[in-house]
Amino acid sequence: MSLDRTDVDKIAHLARLQIEEQDAPEYAQNLSNILDLVDQMQAVDTTDVLPMAHPLDAVQRLRSDNVTEDNQRELLQSVAPAVENGLFLVPKVIE
Amino acid sequence: MFDKTLAELAIGLKTGQFSSVELTQAYLARIKAEDDKYNSFITVTDELALEQAAKADATIAAGDAGTFTGLPIAHKDIFCTQGVRTSCASKMLDNFISPYNATIVDKFNQAGAVTLGKTNMDEFAMGSSNESSFYGPCSNPWNTDCVPGGSSGGSAAAVSAQLTPAATGSDTGGSIRQPAALCGITGLKPTYGRVSRYGMIAFASSLDQGGPMTKTAEDAAIMLNVMAGFDQRDSTSADRDVPDYTAELNKPLEGLRIGLPKEFFSGDINADIAAQTQAAIKEFEKLGATVKEVSLPNTALSIPAYYIIAPAEASSNLSRFDGVRYGYRCENPTDLEDLYKRSRGEGFGPEVKRRILVGAYALSEGFYDAYYNKAQQIRRLIRDDFSKVLSEVDVIMGPTTPHPAFKIGEKSSDPVAMYMEDVFTLSLNLAGLPGMSIPCGTVDGLPTGLQIIGDYFAEQKLLNVAHQFQLATDWHKQSPQGI
Repeated sequence: MSLDRTDVDKIAHLARLQIEEQDAPEYAQNLSNILDLVDQMQAVDTTDVLPMAHPLDAVQRLRSDNVTEDNQRELLQSVAPAVENGLFLVPKVIE
Repeated sequence: MFDKTLAELAIGLKTGQFSSVELTQAYLARIKAEDDKYNSFITVTDELALEQAAKADATIAAGDAGTFTGLPIAHKDIFCTQGVRTSCASKMLDNFISPYNATIVDKFNQAGAVTLGKTNMDEFAMGSSNESSFYGPCSNPWNTDCVPGGSSGGSAAAVSAQLTPAATGSDTGGSIRQPAALCGITGLKPTYGRVSRYGMIAFASSLDQGGPMTKTAEDAAIMLNVMAGFDQRDSTSADRDVPDYTAELNKPLEGLRIGLPKEFFSGDINADIAAQTQAAIKEFEKLGATVKEVSLPNTALSIPAYYIIAPAEASSNLSRFDGVRYGYRCENPTDLEDLYKRSRGEGFGPEVKRRILVGAYALSEGFYDAYYNKAQQIRRLIRDDFSKVLSEVDVIMGPTTPHPAFKIGEKSSDPVAMYMEDVFTLSLNLAGLPGMSIPCGTVDGLPTGLQIIGDYFAEQKLLNVAHQFQLATDWHKQSPQGI
């Protein structure tokens, strides 16, 4: 499996990740090598094998719907890049 | 004093040979004097440590001390520590002062432990060499031109250089066991779910597991006694009783059944490492164990399966770093998309970006079945191989790594070559099984590790097996030259 520049740009956009122009060829090469490595999997017959998402096949634990956490908004927003009136500030989204 | 184990230091504290403040001051001074050589700490928490030590001394004086009261440790910088920078060795979190504690940090605090600082690691735990850290590579105390392994490289180097008696680590594909092997210390990756993941910055959530990195198996048992247990705040925490992990350390190994997977002794493996592993097995035979060859036929497939599953989960987990709520934000974003893309592009290093891209690709439309689903099917095949073997033997043994520590820079330009070093450790994370690495020899002056694998929740057995080996041999007592 070989990826080119366009593929890398597309994936980087999906991941909302800026890749510098000059680094793109190396990423394309690295990713192609990694995909070659993982392509070994395709030779294995996995018909009727259930995918395993959890090592112990555990299912999601449920709890009763009670409030268990205190409101710590100020503490948790103390590490935010930009906050005003308890809200996170980002560049204007709606004109 | 610096060569003492946690168990020995605990006796010294209880019998008044030294106070926790004295012990802590000695370690802090040693870190200050020596760590320039290794770069094993990202943050040293002097003030916090001395405050905790003074409190511990008061507890000891009042006669209320527990096993861990006053013992110094270091935390891998992946564990959120309230009021302390928790960077995960990334520029993304260089400015992140955690507003809360990871569960295991809370547990150590409650047990009276002293936190010396936060150790270096591969960025977001992605790496096997500690070279991807934003704070620079960490050196192996046995040869400072070599890597300490990774991702818990700082924890392993700090224990090996005797800058801390023990440290916490995390293991997603070998990140406790591999650096433990390369630095000549003892490391334990518990069963998936045994130690809470709450506040341990997520890499691949179905694989991540925290554990102890120590001088001896006995110390690992003492640490696991603090770390293990059910946590409501971790949705995959195992709701099972926690035994006293020190209780069975002294059980004789008479009749222990050891399985040696033939796949762990073939292929690209250093001949001396294979020989030393066999020599270690002979020791176990002397201790009354029986040995038989077994097969884990899908071992080689753990590399491709892991390098899909881990990046896929990472790309999902790391989407939280968006420059909005915490962490790095780029300068002067033009719009929201620019804010996301540049904050992430500038905040993450190359290996993290590679894994996010691989993961995003594997999960993208049209590729899910060929990659993620296929990898999860292979994961089950790997798990079933282990289950079959573990119904016939008590423990599985083999080398922890195929080679000893490599030179800094040697593999950093070739991600695939680096990934191959994880061949013996990855499969345990995929299966969720517990595993240990203990020192079992040296090759060209560099330590090598023996991996011991057990059934689910058989940590007590692993610790017993490792402890008996350490009673019979001296490999774990060897230190790097000059230390």
